[in-house]
Amino acid sequence: MNTHPYKPNIATVQDTWFETYGDRCIKTFKVVFDDEEVRDNWTHLPGQCAMIGVLGTGESMISISCSPTEGKFLRFSVMRAGKVTKALHELEAGDKMTVRGPYGNNFPVDEWKGKNIITIGGGIGQAPLRPIIEYIRAKKAEYGDLTVVYGARTSADLCFKGEFSELAKVENTSCRLSIDVKEEDWPHYVGFVPALLMEINPSFENTIAITCGPPIMINFVLQNLKKLNFPDEQIYTTLENRMKCGIGKCGRCNAGNLYVCKDGPVFSYATLKNVPEAFA
Amino acid sequence: MKLNKDKLADFLAAIPGKTIFGPQLSGETLKFTPITKTGDLCLTANNTTVPPKSVVFPQTETMLRFEQGATDIRTAEPAGETVLFGIRPCDARAMYIVDNVFFWDVDDPYYLARRTNSTLVGMACLDPCVNCFCTSMGGGPASTEGLDLLLTDLGDSYLLEVLTGKGEMLCQGAGNLLDEASVADKEAAKLLQQKAAGQIRRKIDPSGIPARLPALWESPVWEKVSASCLGCGICTYLCPTCHCFDMQDETEGAESRRYRTWDSCMFPEYTLHASGHNPRPARRERTRNRINHKFSYFVDKFKVIACVGCGRCINLCPVNIDILDILSKVGEEAL
Repeated sequence: MNTHPYKPNIATVQDTWFETYGDRCIKTFKVVFDDEEVRDNWTHLPGQCAMIGVLGTGESMISISCSPTEGKFLRFSVMRAGKVTKALHELEAGDKMTVRGPYGNNFPVDEWKGKNIITIGGGIGQAPLRPIIEYIRAKKAEYGDLTVVYGARTSADLCFKGEFSELAKVENTSCRLSIDVKEEDWPHYVGFVPALLMEINPSFENTIAITCGPPIMINFVLQNLKKLNFPDEQIYTTLENRMKCGIGKCGRCNAGNLYVCKDGPVFSYATLKNVPEAFA
Repeated sequence: MKLNKDKLADFLAAIPGKTIFGPQLSGETLKFTPITKTGDLCLTANNTTVPPKSVVFPQTETMLRFEQGATDIRTAEPAGETVLFGIRPCDARAMYIVDNVFFWDVDDPYYLARRTNSTLVGMACLDPCVNCFCTSMGGGPASTEGLDLLLTDLGDSYLLEVLTGKGEMLCQGAGNLLDEASVADKEAAKLLQQKAAGQIRRKIDPSGIPARLPALWESPVWEKVSASCLGCGICTYLCPTCHCFDMQDETEGAESRRYRTWDSCMFPEYTLHASGHNPRPARRERTRNRINHKFSYFVDKFKVIACVGCGRCINLCPVNIDILDILSKVGEEAL
């Protein structure tokens, strides 16, 4: 068993597909560890990340976008942006990638039992929210209502498009999608995610709100959640920063005195509102 | 105990199986390199330009090796045993402080191996530099934190104080080279150390700084103190408590390696996201992070200030940015 913190495990890409297209396209990878022992011993919870990479190019910290309830594989949805993500995008089924982790804390899923959950995502920000949605869906009896609010600039920019209609059929679950500008045959909301949130007007009582997306969206979502009287302790987000080591040594991912890789990426607003760099 | 200077070469020769590093000139740069002859040692010079962190945390260090296209990953070979001979107390204390980072939560295997295998033989500072301020940061010219042995220069001999089991082990093979130190020797050493502490001119009381920093987040002080910064990164590269590193892959022929290399929070690329967004876009934010990291975040996490007052960042800054000047502004700024 590999216990070396910097030595990655080899995993094989089983399947890939594009979530979105264009310059900054998002590709999803379904991967399985080559080593059976690693596969059997791997445990993660929604919210955690992994360092994935291509040998000879490097590694990037990417949120694990599947729930452990889905099976003995991992999913990563990666936007093509820099050197490593470009190399990752070259990978097809059968190719190898490296994975080490899981890193960071997780959504406090045990603490949230019996509560209603509302996720508010934008763009690629849905990737870290997908595992908590899938986790709750698998353990629906243990949680209250699930509301999924998700938006992107256009319908083509939405990730996991095929999943929402099925999700909406789950008991006590609703999905509200939005795009910024009107399109023909778009049956859902047109406008920005924070405005859609106000229209849904969720009650804060016994409810946890989790948001992830572009900084500007998070900013307005937080303001609106406060208008809806959500206490700081019931608002969660996940942060991202540039990372190298993933284990709190290399220095760079700090927001104030918190290392996103170790103390995060999941934080409650009660914690973050006192961290000056949290939304920088 | 006492070591006559004539017997220094024999003393070092009596240490078996360890690579002995000492302060020596490497070109024009004073740094810790393996000793070949004791005559090359610069034991009376003050702090080396490159701090001895380079021995336990090399500037560039291979972490993994692999062949192009293969999936067999080899971790780098374990480091051998070393002695850091003539390390200044501030630099030893810096290692003691940086240990917190590398042994926090998950041990860093590379640092752990080098650090566990190193024995630190200190040399008390009897002639501090003009910008030394160790006494303000909880250390002193003869502080022993992190050291296994401490030497004090008594003229024709060194007073040798054994501080740890590791230090005792080092002296085992050299028993016949050491003399008993007299009470007078010990008193002479104490007086020299006290005199040196008295010669330190630069002082600051840092006790209020950690509490003030969060309140000064938006203060104009950061604009002021970073205005002349060139962003060269020397203050952090050559800081003995700076530990940040980058990781990169490199391929030569069919052989590839993943290495780590010192990095600096004063560089824009350090925090640059692949999206182009940078949470610390300018020198104001980067300088603020550097000071906050040392005097606030590190204190929150590890209960110690991550500065030992070695003075390197002051001595080496090309535009004379002075950390004590920054700290005194932080201390005076209206909250």
